[in-house]
Amino acid sequence: MTQLIQTLTDGIAVGSLYALIALGYTLVYGILQFINFAHSDVFALGAWLSFTIATWFGLAAGSGATTPPWYIGLAVLALAMIGCGIVGFLIERLAYKPLRAAPRLNVLITAIGVSLLLENVGQLEGMFRGHHFKIFGPYPKAMPALIPDRVLLHFAAVQFRLVDAVVLGTALFLMVAIQWLVFRTRLGMAMRAVSFNHNSAALMGINVSRIISATFVLGSMLAAAAGFLYAMKYAQLKQTADNVWVLLGLKAFVAAVVGGIGNIRGAMLGGIFIGLIEFFGVAYLSDKYRDVYVFSLLIIVLLVRPSGILGKATVEKV
Amino acid sequence: MPLLSVRNLDVCYGVISALQEVSLEINRGEIVTLIGSNGAGKTTLLRTISALVRPRRGAIFFNDVEITRLAPHEIVRRGVCHVPEGRQIFANLTVHENLLLGGYQERDANRIRASLDRCFSLFPVLAERREQRAGTLSGGEQQMLAIGRALMSKPQLLLLDEPSLGLAPLIVRKIFQIIREINAEGTTVFLVEQNAHMALTVAHRAYVLQTGRVIKSDVASNLLQDPEVKKAYLGG
Repeated sequence: MTQLIQTLTDGIAVGSLYALIALGYTLVYGILQFINFAHSDVFALGAWLSFTIATWFGLAAGSGATTPPWYIGLAVLALAMIGCGIVGFLIERLAYKPLRAAPRLNVLITAIGVSLLLENVGQLEGMFRGHHFKIFGPYPKAMPALIPDRVLLHFAAVQFRLVDAVVLGTALFLMVAIQWLVFRTRLGMAMRAVSFNHNSAALMGINVSRIISATFVLGSMLAAAAGFLYAMKYAQLKQTADNVWVLLGLKAFVAAVVGGIGNIRGAMLGGIFIGLIEFFGVAYLSDKYRDVYVFSLLIIVLLVRPSGILGKATVEKV
Repeated sequence: MPLLSVRNLDVCYGVISALQEVSLEINRGEIVTLIGSNGAGKTTLLRTISALVRPRRGAIFFNDVEITRLAPHEIVRRGVCHVPEGRQIFANLTVHENLLLGGYQERDANRIRASLDRCFSLFPVLAERREQRAGTLSGGEQQMLAIGRALMSKPQLLLLDEPSLGLAPLIVRKIFQIIREINAEGTTVFLVEQNAHMALTVAHRAYVLQTGRVIKSDVASNLLQDPEVKKAYLGG
């Protein structure tokens, strides 16, 4: 019983992070029909920016360190989201926009290039013209604690921690916000029109380039939030080129596909689902196959229902 | 001063030439039609005016201002609205959302509501179907939605590409009746049609396009009597 509830809370908390990242994949796919493979690196960037910004506030990891007031955490989150939003904007403008008329394969290859670039630039550290410079550096770092380590709820031997509540609460808030934005605002309506057909949207007087930019900014901001929350839950940050980021990003991508790529509610559902599968697999089967469960699920979904849980089979009309 | 003036337009798709030295003028308050057979370049001309296609040579002026190099959304802002061939409504959005998208550039809620009301009075059926997904409408209703959506931005010039395509004769007559009404209310209309008889009946003036060139232009009623036009486009 204890294990069941603990697995459930962990699965949902991590699943909600997958969901946030999956939203970025799905939003971009909905509008440009391509998988932005650099998205997992924007997520890593979000975590590392959170770390860097936290150190600007004079915070450090360690047992003696006290946690700062709550609004510092919020400021770190907001700044990391803004930073990643800017990076997402630049990625689209510099790497993808010039390829708007190119075959989709070219854009896909470019995305992999952008991904490698971000991973490796993030690790840079060295001397340039006698000055020492560093982006994030090549070593793992420990994220300073921004949230007090407090147990909110004891249930049998289950501990529901404040960190989990913050992760889950923030993720859910952002998911509701994006849902509102896409289905209830003028920008969201324009995004849905552009995702339907670029030319038709342009004939409505919609600035298609601007909507595409906005989509990248939004997706990147959600990835940044996921990176921040991930760093809250797992304080040991691996360097940006570490496999762990790619793997997390890939699982979020699987979440988007399982939910139905291009479908916003699907991405959320897929994320939670993937999180649960992963944690239940680890808890009840074997922790050696953590990633196998997720990717097996992908294979099953692709075999049985290729359009995803909430995706609709698309019919190309001519 | 013509409202729209197209001057020596050349358009190519790769090495294939679609339009050659096309020039035409549309005056304020007119209904002008462009007739021609399949593949003559009618749709290409509209798409070039809306900036979905870039010309190789030539220029387009609207209200005496060159609009050749503008982006599509800037053309809409200047008052040219294009109802594309095949209607291109947003099938997964509701009728209401489709109409709101038509008025995307208008931010004043009162004016949007006034445009909606006008649209619903022109097309009462759209009011009934307001919350329905646009993809579930019949062909005729979709065409009405496409026209209503275009009118939401209160264009000075309405570009209509084959509004009769795939519709029953009764519906076609109704659509043309509405085109007359829209024009009577002050909107200039540029109508591209394969249904040459219908188009020439409703239009003031007409151009005939053949394999990318304008081969004739005249008052519509004259072209209806023109032996060549009769033979090629009016079935004898």
